[in-house]
Amino acid sequence: MNHSKLQFFLLALLFLFISQNIAEPVFSFTAIPDQNDARLKERFDKVAVYLSKKLQIPVKYIPVKSYAASVAAFKNKEVQLAWFGGLSGVKARRAVKGAVAIAQGEEDMTFVSYFIANTKTKLKYSDEFPKEIEKKTFTFGSKGSTSGRLMPEFYIREHMKKAPQKIFKRVGFSGDHSKTIALVQSGGYQVGAVNYKVWEKEITQGLIDTNKVRIIWKTPPYPDYNWTIRGDTEKTFGQGFVKKVQQALLEMNDKQLLESFPRKRFIKADNSMYEPILKTGTAIGIFDE
Amino acid sequence: MKQITLFFIGIACLCLIFADLEVISLDPWFEIGRIFQGFLKPDFKVLFELRTSLVNTVIFAFCGSSLAFIGGIVGAFFYKVTIVRYLCSSVRSIHEIFWSFLFLPLVGLNPTCGILAIAVHNTGIFAKGLAEIYQEADRKPYDALPKKIGKTSAFFYAIIPVIYPEIKHFTRYRFECALRSSAVLGFIGLPTIGFHLETFFREGMYTEASALLIAFYLLIASLKFWLREKMVPLYLVCAWGIVSTKFTFSMENIIRFFTYEIIPWPMRKQGFVDGTNSLTFEIGNTIAWLKDILFLEAMPGIFNTMVLTQISFVLAGLATMVLMVTVTKHFAPGLKGKPGTLLLIVLRTTPEYILAYICIQIFGPSMIPAILALSLHNGAIVAFLTVKSIDQIPLPMDRSKGIINCYFYEVIPRIYGVFLANLFYRWEVMVRESALFGILGIYTLGFYVDSAISDDKMDKVIIIIAVMALLNIGIDSLSQRVRRKIKSEGTIVAKAA
Repeated sequence: MNHSKLQFFLLALLFLFISQNIAEPVFSFTAIPDQNDARLKERFDKVAVYLSKKLQIPVKYIPVKSYAASVAAFKNKEVQLAWFGGLSGVKARRAVKGAVAIAQGEEDMTFVSYFIANTKTKLKYSDEFPKEIEKKTFTFGSKGSTSGRLMPEFYIREHMKKAPQKIFKRVGFSGDHSKTIALVQSGGYQVGAVNYKVWEKEITQGLIDTNKVRIIWKTPPYPDYNWTIRGDTEKTFGQGFVKKVQQALLEMNDKQLLESFPRKRFIKADNSMYEPILKTGTAIGIFDE
Repeated sequence: MKQITLFFIGIACLCLIFADLEVISLDPWFEIGRIFQGFLKPDFKVLFELRTSLVNTVIFAFCGSSLAFIGGIVGAFFYKVTIVRYLCSSVRSIHEIFWSFLFLPLVGLNPTCGILAIAVHNTGIFAKGLAEIYQEADRKPYDALPKKIGKTSAFFYAIIPVIYPEIKHFTRYRFECALRSSAVLGFIGLPTIGFHLETFFREGMYTEASALLIAFYLLIASLKFWLREKMVPLYLVCAWGIVSTKFTFSMENIIRFFTYEIIPWPMRKQGFVDGTNSLTFEIGNTIAWLKDILFLEAMPGIFNTMVLTQISFVLAGLATMVLMVTVTKHFAPGLKGKPGTLLLIVLRTTPEYILAYICIQIFGPSMIPAILALSLHNGAIVAFLTVKSIDQIPLPMDRSKGIINCYFYEVIPRIYGVFLANLFYRWEVMVRESALFGILGIYTLGFYVDSAISDDKMDKVIIIIAVMALLNIGIDSLSQRVRRKIKSEGTIVAKAA
């Protein structure tokens, strides 16, 4: 191809790109990346289609790489709605005045974390906090996770009276719950803390080898995931928009869609329900006090 | 030179005591086997799906380095001014990923963020590079001009033409670096190929990962075919045209960032509790807050960063020695395209962050994978730089016959000074990368930045990044001093001979 032809070709490509990208403002949402990407995409692309139909406006799912990025996107108005964990939700609502939690899964008021251990450790399930995990290697999920970091660390500190770094031979942050399970199962870490929903979903999908990894403890219940929306969406999308989105989420009854979360159904939520998360986060130094 | 060498080897040995050298994963060989299988059967079908990320990688590099080039020219003009020099070395000392962490709350996680990150870091590099090219320019044409010719004309007619080829060469090299940085920025969520590489490696999808990496190598290897001087303006128009549709800007975010988020928490606390968001001047509490960050996070972070760097530094030297044997023309004539050269190119082209990421997936997050990545990547670069000098030295007729004898008794003594200078040239870069690897889970400075980002504490992020920049600037000036010493010793030896 000679230069002028190539130049023409590139310019044509440019116009194609630009025309594709100029579009009406869309309602976008994001979610904390708590599982592997393929599963997140499958779940939230369906949610985008559902919301778009219900709200009669274009809705787009924006994938992010980290819990922190989901909070940042919410703060910077790149998304107006987000599926947060307990902790990321509190962070986002603390930073954005007028942001409200509007819905949660039915299970989310009584969420728990599982402590799981590689079977080679010979640790067994008990109702008491397993103090024998001292001197083992331990992995949390993401640094910003409620069920994979905040709550486990809180109970570890409460029962052992020391910081995790002082208790375990090694402390890691796997990044997400799927990875935590994989690491403890392979023996990369001896013990880990994981979101019970992700564990149970992977058990039913046959992804976990229970000869290699088992549950050894269950935390007391705490509030977790929530749909949080920016208050200023009413300015862009009209009065009563927050209520409309809330209604759409509560009316979600497609079995397959709910199953992908996995939640039985969504129920109403409000900011005050997550007070315990704020207190716990402050206690372990995630929030400044 | 012997003293310097022994001193640094001694430090590295001392560091070994403190280093965390455990293989956390139980079956690394199994994973390595799977990666090799993936590279034997790359799944090129995914490339079609991921074409936008490849385009984005190139666009970010174009936009970022063009801004940096303009900024660099301005910086180079005022490079004699001390404050400009300090400014340049401090923006240079912060890695693109950390810049993108800083720009993220300002502009959001989008192309603007990535482009600014590449632009700011490289502005410092361009300013220094261009200033040095200008200083070392051949002045004969300039001096030969009649006195009455204006300074500006003289500059454009007698300086620019002289240094133009070098500027071109330097810019091309920096563009290649920008491409690598652009790919790496995807790992934190920007829409370049790193975004998908992270997923593929994390989830063990090696056939897809290898296809994408191979595409990236080809992109860089083919630079000389498609990065033609005449085409650059057009590429720039296209790149900026595409980016302009995605450009976002929020004054509100920028004001909040500078007037609120980066203010130390003790000063914001009262206002936060009242809900007024006003600031109070809590000098005592702020100092206590600062002390906590410095002693509990920055100090252990610096310690681990230096432990990791010093071990990798010596091993990089060792790696260089080994890699050089396989590619120098003295032992392996006509080796173009042979395994040694290919290995060198792959190690050099793969961004060290990606190398470290892969190694961590294999060995778990201890210092082993980081050391491996740092020493192999930098070893390959130093080998590449040094082997040119090896190829130029004529070996005597009566040289030792065996390769090993010849290498140790004839080659190494002749190029040792050049080798050391090249290695020390990478020292500061290695410190920067060690700190960066913290976000992969090793407890270097980057780990604490990542934690603060995760807790949404920009005030703390700023402090730790500033500490990181200071450490880097310190190492940079130390390395310059060492290199000067090596040079002077080199000339003494030459004179004595």
